[in-house]
Order: sequence, then structure tokens, then C-alpha cells
Amino acid sequence: MTAVEAGRKAATPLDVARVQADFPILARRVHGQRLVYLDSAASSQKPRAVLDAMARFYETSNANIHRGTYQLAVESTEAYEAARRAVARFVGAPDPRGLVFTKNVTEAINLVAASWGGANLKAGDAVVLTEVEHHANLVPWLMLKDKLGIELRFVPMGEDYTLDLTHLDRLLDGAKLMAFTAMSNVLGTLTPIRRITDAAHAAGALVLVDGAQLVPHVPTDIAALDVDFFGFTGHKMCGPTGIGAMWARPELLEAMPPFLGGGEMIRDVRLDGFTTAEVPTKFEAGTMPFAEAVGLHAAVEYLGALGMDAVREHEVSLTAYALRALKERHGDDITIYGPSEPAMRGGALSFTYKGIHPHDVSQVLDQKGICVRAGHHCAKPLLRRLGVGATTRASFYVYNDESDVDALVEGLSDADDLFSL
Amino acid sequence: MAGLEDLYREIILDHYRSPRNRGELPTPPAQRVEGFNPLCGDEVVLFVDLHDGTVADIKVSGQGCSISQSSGSMMTAAVKGKSVAEARALIRRFKGLMSIHEQALGGEADQLDEDGADGAGADDPDVKLGDLEALQGVVKFPVRIKCATLSWNTLTQALDEAPA
Repeated sequence: MTAVEAGRKAATPLDVARVQADFPILARRVHGQRLVYLDSAASSQKPRAVLDAMARFYETSNANIHRGTYQLAVESTEAYEAARRAVARFVGAPDPRGLVFTKNVTEAINLVAASWGGANLKAGDAVVLTEVEHHANLVPWLMLKDKLGIELRFVPMGEDYTLDLTHLDRLLDGAKLMAFTAMSNVLGTLTPIRRITDAAHAAGALVLVDGAQLVPHVPTDIAALDVDFFGFTGHKMCGPTGIGAMWARPELLEAMPPFLGGGEMIRDVRLDGFTTAEVPTKFEAGTMPFAEAVGLHAAVEYLGALGMDAVREHEVSLTAYALRALKERHGDDITIYGPSEPAMRGGALSFTYKGIHPHDVSQVLDQKGICVRAGHHCAKPLLRRLGVGATTRASFYVYNDESDVDALVEGLSDADDLFSL
Repeated sequence: MAGLEDLYREIILDHYRSPRNRGELPTPPAQRVEGFNPLCGDEVVLFVDLHDGTVADIKVSGQGCSISQSSGSMMTAAVKGKSVAEARALIRRFKGLMSIHEQALGGEADQLDEDGADGAGADDPDVKLGDLEALQGVVKFPVRIKCATLSWNTLTQALDEAPA
């Protein structure tokens, strides 16, 4: 055990009852039932600290950033830049200048595809993706394929729901970029980021990581991962909607053409041309979601105070409990699509149950106040690969406990009662 | 509050468990038309054999939830052997049943106008819904309306695309 691992083991365990008290929405009832929120992989709930920080900002310091010289504008600008520094620190970014705020991870990946891809890729160039990607890390590259004629290659999923890296070096041969999810939003599988990154760099390819499902749940250190682009989104990590980020090596950002044009991202504009601002502002066109940045700042402070090691430990243990409880009660009636070893995965748990359609499963669960996602989870190629049209997905976060899992296990029996043939 | 029993009526569960006219037809003479609900991944494949202005035969395949499957099953049972005009009238009547909330949701209003669901025929008492009335409860669950209308929109497409 290394010193770091020893330090992690000593982390204060999560006090879930106290955490639950921090989330006002958990006090409401749905259909007369206790709210059992199991859809955090789609969007997390927000702690009081985030809601208060945004309300306080609007009540005391609200003004457009980087514009006025008056007191409110100074405070607002400072709050926005403080958020950038805090968020960069939270994900271990080596240099906050590389942290571009975006609307979400979808916009972050589109930024790289359009800006870096548009400037650096040409017909026949290869980009390597995986079979398990969210549409956010597929469609921007498919668009580039249509536009430029680039070649897309795919790392396949193995039978154990992990990526099959057997032929990784061959797939990377001559490739310009490898772009992949850090954790599948369907399977929960954690990707060996550093291993793939090293292989990609050895092959001369840059690396983009979709960290949407990783950052909220697992301690993240971008510097240690050695990646070139790393996107994530605020609303899945206790922050507000409308703000996410793309961290990129500043020297890459400096060489890339701007993505969106408009106010803020310029140094000078004449009627016959423009010059761009320094990074990261060069990529932040128009009025940015600065109140949301304040909310995201509060979110990373909240998660930091809980301790991301404690968050991860809690989710591993809750996922282990869920895998065990679902199998014990429902046996072969339930098929879980994802690794069976909790340490290899996050807390997004997709399953099919007794041939009952996920829409019907989720409708029955809703009557018990249980919120789960049903559908293709914006990963249609993966669902086709799994041979199912839709799955039900339960996903866990800091405020979930074993009673939530028990409610899910019990709720499935209700669906069985209604739909059994 | 709408309970599950409003949504999952016995007749709906019966069509879900024992779907009518399930399968495929040779194409040609039948037409094959696909419908998708991108929200949930449900898909319906209709095989429609039109003959002398009549829905001579119809089969449905694909995958989806109990609402989309039972609605498709009921639809095939209701339109099989009917004239195209009668089938269109039934589509209008059924979509009329589903329309208020669908428009409130914003998504399908255009399509409804096109189908004339709010116009003549939507409330025509001469068009009997029969078992289809059971699907009325779906409007209390607005996100499920698209499940119920999927096969009907696909039938409209089949009739529109049919060679004159």
C-alpha cells in the first residue's frame, strides 16, 4: 500500500444521513411516497450550499463579468475567475489557464472537434473512439467524418463489459486522436485512462477524455492522467445546469482557432477582421454563465469537504450492496449490464428485468417515488451491441443509502406482479 | 392522482401479453414502414397490404413498452379489413383522444394538424373506438402519449406513402 492509498483508507467515511439533510429536494414526497432519487448519472440533486451561493450572488454581486469597472462587476469577475481556479484545482488540472468553461460536456467535445479537429484533421486521418461512448462523444466525430472524410475506428467492448484493449496499438497506428469515456454512463465500467493515454501518446495521438461520469464520483487528477483534453459537466456533480468545462493543455488551446465568435473572446475587432483574446477567454464567447460558475464553485467546495475518496468508498460499497441485493432477490430474472466487481465500476447500474420493458418498469417504480432512467441512455450503438433496445438504469450518489436500494429491489417485484405473463 | 390502474387497464395488458397480428408480411405486395420513438428507443415496423382501397392485411413487429405494443396490437385489430377512408377516420379519432395533452407537450402539434386530429373526424361519434377507449388513461401520463401514438403515426405514414 502506498502512502497515498494509506491516506485514502483513513478518509472519514461519508455520513449519509447528514449529507441527505443538505439536499432540500429529498424532503419532498412523490405520489405520497418518500423520494428515492436513483438518476444522478443523468443529473444530480443540488445541496443547499450551491443553491444559497447562487442566490447570494444574484442578491449581492450580480453584474456582467470582464466588462464594467464598477464594484459589482469587479466582484462578479473575481467570483467567476475564482470558480475557474477552484474547479481546475478540484480536477487536478496542471494549469487553470487550460480550463475553458462551456455549457456542458457535449459543448466541450464539440469545441475540440470543431476547433482542434477542423484545424488538424484532414480526409483519411484516423480518430479512435470506443463502442461504449455516449452520443456526445460520437456525433461530433461523425459530423467531422461527414465534413472532412476522417476515418473513425472503435475499440470494442469485451464480454466482461470492459474495453477489449487487445488490438489497441493496431487501432492507434497512425491515429491523430483517441477520444473515450472515463466511465460508461450505461455499464458503469471505469476505463484504464492512463494505460490508454500512454499507448495513444506512444503512437503519436492526442487524448481526449469524456469525464462526465467520472469527476462527480471518483477523485480525479488530470495531471496524473497526462491527458490532453478533459471534458466534464457541472450538473452531474451537485452544480447547476448550463455550466461544464473542457480542460486542455494551454499550448494546444493557444494553437487552436476559436470555436464560437462574439463578445468576450476577442482582443480587437475591425470591420475587416479580428484578433482573439488570450486563452482561456479566447474560447468563451458571449456572456458566460457566471452565476452558474459560482454555483459550480460551491459544488466543488461541497464535494471537497465531503472528500472525494469518501464519496468513492461510499459508492463502491453501495454498488456492491445493490449488485448483491438485486441478484439475491431476483436471480436470473434480472440481467445487469456491467462489471460484477464493484471496484471496477461506478454506481451506474443498467439492467433488464424479466422481459418487462424499461418504460413499464420505471412507471411502476415512479408510483413508489423511485426515479430511475429508462431508455437508451444516449448510447444507441452500445445498446445495439448489448442486443437490447432499452435498459432501466439506477445510479447512485452521495445521498443514496441502502434503504434506496431496498426500495428498488422491492419495486421490481411490483412490476413483476403487474406484468408477469 | 392518476394511479397505475388508469394506465395499465386489463385490456391493454391482454394485448401486451397476447399481441394480435404480430409478425411480418411479404413485401411486396405489402409495404414496410418503420416508426421510431427517439426518446426511448421504441420501434415499430408495420407491414400493410392495401388492396382495392382496403387494409387487406396488416402485421406489426418491433419492440417497445406495453403501451406502444398494446396500442399497435389494438390498432391492427381495429383497421384490418377496413377501407383506407375508415382507417384514416379511426386514426383521426384516436389521435383526437390523445391530442390535448400532446399539444400541451409541444412536440407533435404540427403532425396533429396534418392528420386533422383537431379537425373533422376527431370527435366523430360514428367512428367507434371500442377497446381503444382503454388507452384513454394514457393522457394522464403525458410522457407515455408518444408510446401510444407511435404505431398510429407509422400507419399514417404507410397510408400516405401508398402508391395511388
